[in-house]
This record gives sequence, structure tokens and C-alpha cells, in this order.
Amino acid sequence: MHFKFNNEKPIYLQMIEQLELDIVSGRLPPGSQLPTIRELASQAKININTVARALAELEELNLITTKRTNGKFVTNNQKRIIKCREKLAETTTHEYLKTMQSLGFNTKELLKYLKERS
Amino acid sequence: MSLLQYHHVSKRFGNTTVLDNINLEIPTGKIIGLLGPNGAGKSTLIKLANTLLTPTTGNITFQNQPLGVASKTEIAYLPERTYLDKTRTIRQTLDFFQNFYHNFDRAKAERLLDDLDLQLDTQILHMSKGMQEKLQLILVLSRHVKLYILDEPLGGIDPAARDYILDTILTNFDEGASVLISTHLIADIEKLLDEVIFLQNGKIILQDDADHLRAQTQTSIDEIFRKEFKNAR
Repeated sequence: MHFKFNNEKPIYLQMIEQLELDIVSGRLPPGSQLPTIRELASQAKININTVARALAELEELNLITTKRTNGKFVTNNQKRIIKCREKLAETTTHEYLKTMQSLGFNTKELLKYLKERS
Repeated sequence: MSLLQYHHVSKRFGNTTVLDNINLEIPTGKIIGLLGPNGAGKSTLIKLANTLLTPTTGNITFQNQPLGVASKTEIAYLPERTYLDKTRTIRQTLDFFQNFYHNFDRAKAERLLDDLDLQLDTQILHMSKGMQEKLQLILVLSRHVKLYILDEPLGGIDPAARDYILDTILTNFDEGASVLISTHLIADIEKLLDEVIFLQNGKIILQDDADHLRAQTQTSIDEIFRKEFKNAR
């Protein structure tokens, strides 16, 4: 897995966002096992406590579960994954709209612009 | 429980106060950055924990015991300047460490050296400066201890070697142990840190969780540092 971080935002939040994206896009399919905390820390080049914090939060969000057999797995709950996808779509759209508005696009122009390019 | 505790520690050299009433606890199981401009007192703070210096007033404890045999056994220290005898070969240096520290894991050291393609019969003075720094780091991280104290591990090292050093630190310290890293090269290291301590003119002006600071200020530790110390240099 590949991770990229900037230093301006809490690292654990960026870790959460990137794992959410991996889950929603299917790079981490439902039911699949996640690498261990140590492996993730080593791949992401961040420290173990930060990874543990991110995973704890994802577990709180029911996107991953811990199994007795000592591993963490992506949820099998499709509804939960779809909900996460909607959340990510909304955030992205909101940011995009904000930028386009600051460039002076009104809704009509924006729709035309999108249509021409999709 | 915290590992290392400073209680009202001051250090003066003649009339110069280098550390001024330091109260500090180094927690268990964390990577902590000791950050401050040159001359802030970082190395002095570290040398006190390794009993290379003694406090003028106040005292330091390791796991609530006075510093001594136990703390020397359980703290692995990477000094800012090399202390290795450069006329020795790597193999002789490994022998020395093995004799000196019962918690030195020779097999681990040899494995890490092998990754660097270093020949054990090379004399240290024939190695590049960067390689010498890597060797020292490997020696320190190959000890099984509770606290690793690294004084400027990135000093005088090119960016490619920096990645190696950071990666080696991250993947090689004992589970549950703590790492205290002093540096002024914050941008390179801040992703690794759980906590940061800002030291200025011999005083601790801030100790906080790194991600908490980022969330609060919406900016990097490096940026906070630059603002905080703009007038200090």
C-alpha cells in the first residue's frame, strides 16, 4: 500500500482518509485482511501509535473489525461502505464547488463546464 | 508510568544558565522530538540523562530511581559526535559492544550492516561520514533497551541517507520502548513523532501531542517551530 502525508494536518486523520479511500474504491475489498499495525507503520513511514489511533477510529466507524484471530478486516457491510463513499463524495464536491465559486462560476456555467468535459 | 523524569533541573556553567528549572516526563512507548534552535540546551538535557553531566540543582530519575547502573543499562545513547575508535574495524567494534552491553543484539546489528553491504573487516576511518553515522545508529538500535536517546541523528547527513536513518529508527526500536530524538531538522522527522518538546533558552516552552498541535493550529510542527523561534536566532 502507498501512503502520502503532508505535515499540516494530523497524520492520523490523513491515514484514516487514505484507508477510507482504499476501502471505498475496492483496493481493500470487503472482508479482506489489513496488514498488521507494524507493517502499515513501516509502509507509511509513520509511527505505530499513529497507525493504531487511525485504525481504532476506523473501527469506531465500523469500517473495519477486529477478529479474535488477531487481525483486522475490512467490513462486509456493503451499506456501511456505501455510506462512507457518499461522505467522501460530498466532501470532494463541497471543496470543488467552493473553488469554482471563488473562480466566479455560477451554477449554470459550472454545469455547462462539467458537461463539456465529462 | 513515565520512563525518565526531570525534577526542577537546572544546569549552569559558571554564570551561564544552560537549563533553567526543567520539569519533564518522558513517557513509555512513544517517539518524542526534542526540538529547539542551536544553543537551546538540547544536548545538555540529554547528557544529564546519560550522567555525562550532573545537574547544578534538581535531580533526574529513571523509572523513579536515581540514575545509575539501571539507567545506563536501559538507555541507549547516540551522541552528537562520534565516540568510536576509528582505527578499529567494524568487527572489532561489534566485539567491543558485545562485551560492554549484555543487551546488545549482535545478530541484529550484523543483519542491518549486511543490508548496507558493509564488510565487517573495514576500518571505520575508511568509511564515508554518512556510513559512519549509519553504523553508529545501528549499534545503538541493536541494543534491547527501554529508552533510546538520539542526539541530532540527522546532523550532517545527505537527504537520501536521512531516509535510511528515519526508516531504521522507525522499524528497529524495541516494542514498548521510547525514543527521544533531538533535532532542528523538524520537517524531515515530524511525521514520526508522537510528542514534541520545544526547548528555548534552557526552558521548556511547550510539550504536546504532535497531531493535537496540528489539529489546533492547522499547520505543521515545522511551521509552529519557525514562528515560535523566529526571534530566537
